[in-house]
Amino acid sequence: MSSFRYAVSDTLVLAKRSLLRIPRAPDLLLSFTVQPIMFVLLFAYVFGGAIETPGYSYIDFLMPGIIVQTMSFGGFVTALGLSEDLKKGLIDRFRSLPMSRAAVLAGRTLADIVTNSISIVVMLVVGVIAGFAFDASLLNIAVGIVLLLLFGYAFSWVFAFVGLTSTSPEAAQSLGFIVIFPLTFVSSAFVPVDSMPGALQTFAEINPFTVVVDAMRSLFLGAPAGNNVWGAFAWSLGITAVFAVLSVRRYKRAVVR
Amino acid sequence: MATDLAIEAEGLRKSYGDVRALDGVDLQVPAGTVLGLLGPNGAGKTTAVRILTTLLPPDGGSARVAGLDVARQAPQLRSKIGLAGQYAAVDENLTGAENLEMVGRLYHLPKGEPRVRATELLERFDLSDAADRLVRTYSGGMRRRLDLAAALVARPPVLFLDEPTTGLDPRSRIALWETIEGRVADGTTVLLTTQYLDEADRLADRISVIDRGHVIAEGSSDELKDQLGGERLDVTLEDEADTEAAIAALESLAAERPTRVDGVLRMPIRERKGAIGAAVIRLNEAGIGIDDVAMRRPSLDDVFLTLTGHTAEAEDGDGAGPEEER
Repeated sequence: MSSFRYAVSDTLVLAKRSLLRIPRAPDLLLSFTVQPIMFVLLFAYVFGGAIETPGYSYIDFLMPGIIVQTMSFGGFVTALGLSEDLKKGLIDRFRSLPMSRAAVLAGRTLADIVTNSISIVVMLVVGVIAGFAFDASLLNIAVGIVLLLLFGYAFSWVFAFVGLTSTSPEAAQSLGFIVIFPLTFVSSAFVPVDSMPGALQTFAEINPFTVVVDAMRSLFLGAPAGNNVWGAFAWSLGITAVFAVLSVRRYKRAVVR
Repeated sequence: MATDLAIEAEGLRKSYGDVRALDGVDLQVPAGTVLGLLGPNGAGKTTAVRILTTLLPPDGGSARVAGLDVARQAPQLRSKIGLAGQYAAVDENLTGAENLEMVGRLYHLPKGEPRVRATELLERFDLSDAADRLVRTYSGGMRRRLDLAAALVARPPVLFLDEPTTGLDPRSRIALWETIEGRVADGTTVLLTTQYLDEADRLADRISVIDRGHVIAEGSSDELKDQLGGERLDVTLEDEADTEAAIAALESLAAERPTRVDGVLRMPIRERKGAIGAAVIRLNEAGIGIDDVAMRRPSLDDVFLTLTGHTAEAEDGDGAGPEEER
């Protein structure tokens, strides 16, 4: 077998390992089912009445934003898992095996795609019940879902890097939140950008979250897209490439703490 | 006569910042034998294992394992080694069988083989009943056995065991020793690190004592004990206040000034014959009460204490007491 096929099979073996964990530690399942439902309902019914979103009902405005935010956090499972693997010596074992150097990371991030898919389905169902309505062709909806998964995948690699660099699983999780949480809020995810004060507005306009959320609004709701869809794919691929390289490099010299 | 060396390290050096973890370590392990790497915590044992298993690049020196260079031929080498570490490196959310199958797949064993090997190994390690239970329900001993089984999945010719029995109860330790002995009988080469001297004494053909990044002694267990000289008398006094008087009374029997370890007077003796009787008589004459007297051969503990202890003492003047004839 060629080394590429080994890399693929190693990755699948490790993705399966990550997925087997879900039914066995069901507390994790809450974080990508119940938590997204909670966010949709809280935002829709607590803030919904107070935020002006010209041209859209708040639930329509909200759904693309909140799904994008949820995707960006889906990868925390990777950070948590890698950090635990390091602590328990499993990374040492994997690194002593004749397996692909990228497989541990690729396996975990691949498994995140599965859990992120579950989150998307759950949120869309809850969103539709709360009044969300697609205004788009099936093709655009499909492209939108691909974009969501790709963006989530990019952030799984960000979290992979965080998991390999932080000192404990707890630190990995909180570092992830401190970095990503503000980014999602200073964007067009929950409020129109032009309602923000000047400096924040400037930041929000170049924030990749705004690009991706606007792309989702055009794909799901038929909003004018500009270059946002291409931009969103470019950001997702770019973040993936940069953090995959950084993470694999880090993995190769990972040390037990 | 030249023997095939399964592990060969020359001048290995590794520093972490200012700390020299390894400062020129040489190791030679003939194929099919067990080397015990013995040393206190922080001596550099784990660093040596990490370098030899390709986990860590050395700063200097070179090493070959199973004929392959650890730096330049790492990918090929990894299929020829098994590593069981200080941690039971197994996935808690998988079953025992799933863990071993996963490792078998990652060693790229032929299709079907990982499952067969998993079943065999679970049987051999007395884990068949727990094969389909999640590892998080395993006891510490069971996890260690599974960890060792994982290291054996691909039948590697060279096995690295980094403190394999640390934290195990006595029964599990002995069971693990027996398994390791079984592997060696089948021709596997083993490098074992340990802080336990009885473990090295029992398992290792040869022992390298490592301290502060240096190999400070090397040889078989018997050779190391012989270096320490002959037998000694251990005397426990009824009253510790009599220690100095006892040393004076026994002086002419002693080959070297006695030392006190854990309340026991340890006295290297010149002549085994009649020593116990003479010691009892002299102590009686001096009116010193005796709780226990015993003749002891040096243990590996003594070797270790002497070797590592002497290095520390040498700094403030050599020799703890007057040496009479040698």
